[in-house]
Order: sequence, then structure tokens, then C-alpha cells
Amino acid sequence: MVAISLRDIHLSFGNVEVLKGISLDISKSEVACIIGPSGSGKSSLIRCINGLNKINKGKVDVLGVDISNPSVDKIRLRTKVGIVFQQYNLFPHKTVLENVMMAPILVLKEDKNKVKERATKLLEKVKLTDKLHAYPGELSGGQQQRVAIARSLAMQPEIMLFDEVTAALDPETVKEVLVTIKELAEDGMTCVLVTHEMGFAKEIADTIYFTDGGVIVEHGPPNEIMCSPQDARTKRFLEQVL
Amino acid sequence: MSVTLFKNKENSPLTFVKAIFERKKWLLLFIVASLVTFYAVFMIYGLNKNLEVLIAWAPFVFKGFLLNLSMSFFSMIIATILGLLLGLALISKTRAITLPSRAVMNIFRNSPWLVVLFITMYLFPFEVHIFGERYAIPGWWKATIAFSLPVMANLGEIFRGAVLSIPKSQWESADSLGFNHLQTMRYIIIPQCVKRALPSWMNWYALLTLATPMASILGVQESVSNTRAAVESAGAGPDLLFPFYLFLLALFFIYIYPIALLTRAIERNYSFKNQ
Repeated sequence: MVAISLRDIHLSFGNVEVLKGISLDISKSEVACIIGPSGSGKSSLIRCINGLNKINKGKVDVLGVDISNPSVDKIRLRTKVGIVFQQYNLFPHKTVLENVMMAPILVLKEDKNKVKERATKLLEKVKLTDKLHAYPGELSGGQQQRVAIARSLAMQPEIMLFDEVTAALDPETVKEVLVTIKELAEDGMTCVLVTHEMGFAKEIADTIYFTDGGVIVEHGPPNEIMCSPQDARTKRFLEQVL
Repeated sequence: MSVTLFKNKENSPLTFVKAIFERKKWLLLFIVASLVTFYAVFMIYGLNKNLEVLIAWAPFVFKGFLLNLSMSFFSMIIATILGLLLGLALISKTRAITLPSRAVMNIFRNSPWLVVLFITMYLFPFEVHIFGERYAIPGWWKATIAFSLPVMANLGEIFRGAVLSIPKSQWESADSLGFNHLQTMRYIIIPQCVKRALPSWMNWYALLTLATPMASILGVQESVSNTRAAVESAGAGPDLLFPFYLFLLALFFIYIYPIALLTRAIERNYSFKNQ
């Protein structure tokens, strides 16, 4: 079953065309990794999937709903698709637990006690049980990023987007975040990752997409892309990063 | 990085007051010492008679001072509410809202307070008629409204700046969790703005309080008018001016200085948190 389907999407910021016709299909429970050089449009692409970027042309279908349609219920969409950002973007004036509980209570209008139970469980899952009442400023980058993941998961999304989530982290905390993502993927969550962690992408991905200059240059299973890339640009990029 | 300052417990007003008293022991000593010296000078120069006069008139002056406080208090409430609305209007995406609100902001921010005071005094009616009943509008009400206008304009700018100082990523993050604009504003942006705007807000309150004696020019019987009236009633000797106005100064100082200290303490606390 197809979870995400992009058809010939174009995106411009002012005069700069960032995405020049991208099409891809990601099925349910698939883990897709988007790799490519900086400025190739990876982050812009992932933000189109939950409507944070409004596309200029094309069609984005998420869980069977055409989200490029202006009349689509954006808020409903956002609750189905969680996103985790490079800079965590936690709410600094709220505790860890409050960060996780806020959206389900305010947006989904769920019962506070039920949400609290779920939030506590999620924070246990990301191994932050001892930090429930800490503020984001008191946590390390890796811990903050795990809170951000728990915060997205609290909305019980069907798709999770990860936008270079380890790029701002210290090397020793990268692993703890990757472990969390891996567990999610193993639980059958549909995941789309923009990442620079090639080893991790190879290990976790079902499909790897290599983007350059606003287009998908090639895609396929990790072994194919990593070990025997067909396009010269992919080859050059992999030589540089591996 | 100071993490302890982050906890709510450490932020309670009581802790601040305690900290100020601990840190400002020398200041309290200085105040006590000056009072003693002041008293001694009075005795030595035979000015104790003037002191008696001052003590006799002090309640009258103090009553006026309470009117200053009332004006500052109500003015600040009005200015804060209007300033918040103005701040929101200033960041609106609709030009039909931003342009007039910018005009209002600029007019009141760049006019002398005294001019605003005069205009308000003459613009507002002396009394209003509601259902045949006549209600007089006291002068200090009008002055309160007048003082709130320039403060409103300045607070509007402060609120606008505070909202814009919150990183765009906070909006994005709330957006991605499904918050609508109003929820983002109320639960994410404004709570963070309060912390940023609080020191400036308090600073404007202090300035406003210090400006309230201007109302005396228009016949409002606040502390300065009362002091002048008291000095005149007591014989208007130049030897009376010094103790009376010093007393008046002390009243304002004792009220405003702790506010200034608290403002600094909050600023310091905030700068720690951002590290």
C-alpha cells in the first residue's frame, strides 16, 4: 500500500527552483533515505510531504489524500505525519513531559491523563525517564533530539519524517538517536530520512534516493546504490563521503 | 552553563527579594545612615521646627503620592492591554492593519508626553451624560488615559520585537504538530515573549510612574501639587523647600529603586538561561 506518492513536484523559493520535478512512491512501513550533496533539495523535499513547503506544481498524495489541494485539512495531515528537525526545535519554556503532551491535548483534544500515560511511555522508550521534568536547555543535543522524536510520536502519526536529525549532534550522541529511529523502523513505522549517515542509511533503508540539483538522480535498494551506483554524480558523491 | 537558575523554584519573587536584600545590605545601611545624618543636620541647624511642619504635612503629601501610584497603576494596565493589541497589529500580515497601527505607534512614540496630556485633557469632556445622569470625569482619570498612550506605543514596539525575536523554527515546529495560528501564539510564542519583554515592560512602568507628576500642571492633586500647596500653606519659606521636596524624592525613590533592581535581576537571570 502506497503511503506517500509524489508526482512531478516543483518548488521554488523566489527565483530559485529548488525541486525540479520529483516523483517517488513510498509504501507503508517502508524506510526511505534521501541522500545527496548540500543544497540538492533534500530538506525541501521532505518538507513537502507534510505541507510545510507549498509546492508550485505537481501532486503530493499522503495516505490517499491529495495535500496539494488547498482545501485539505492541513491540521489533520500534520497529525498523521510527524517531523523531526535538525535543530530539535523543542519548546524551551516547557518541560520535557509538557513538550510531549502539548500537541495531543491541544490539537487532538485528548484526555490529559491518557496523554500523560502515553507520553511517559514514549519517553521511557527513548530512555529519558529520569528527565521528565527537566527543561530542554538542561539536556544534551542527543537527549533533546530524542524528546523531539517522542513529541512527534505522541501524536500517533503513521509517517515519520527525519530531517538531518543527527547533523547537529556530537558524534557520541548520534548513536543513541539512530538506535531510537531504528527501533521505530523495526516496529513498522513508515520513515523518510534525510541523512548524511551513509552507514546508517545502508543499514536501515529499504530504498535510497540520491538527489542532486533538485532531481532524483537514481534510487534503489541500499546495496545497489552504495555498491554499484550507475550515475557519475552518485559515484562522485559516494567517493567523497564514504 | 547555569542550569540551576532554570528551575521554577529559583525564580520565585520571594527569592529575588531575599537575594536583593542580601546583596544590597550596604545600601540599606546607607539609607539608614543618611536618615540619621539628615536628622542630625536638622537638629544642629535648628531645623527641627521644619521637620515638625513636614511631619504634620506628610500624610497630605503621601495622599497625593497614592494618586500618583493609582495613575501609574491604571495607566500601565491600559497601556499593556492596548500595547499588546498594537503589537499584534504591527506584525499582522494585512497591510490595512499594519499601516494605521504603525501610524498610531509613531504618533504616540514621538510626541512629548506633556503634549499628549494637554490634548487628552481638552479633548475629553469634563463630564458625560448617560441616561440623563451626569457623571463628572475626574482629572486624574484623563491623565491616566493620557499617560497610557505613549506607553502603549512603546510597549507595542517591545511586544512586536519580542514576537519577532522568537526563532522561526518555533513556529515551524508548532505548525508541524498541528497547532493553529492562535494556539501557536498563545501557548508557544507569547509565553516566550513574556520573559523577553518583562525587563523592558518594568522599565517603562518606572518611567511612567516618574512621569505622573506632570498631571500637577493640569490641576490633578497628586504628590507634587500637594507638596507645593503644603509648602505655601506652611509659610512658603525657602528653608521648607528642601525637606519637603527631599521627602517627595524619597517617596519616589523608595518605590522605584526596587523595581529597577528587580528588572536587573530578571535580566541577569534571563541572560543566564540563554547560555
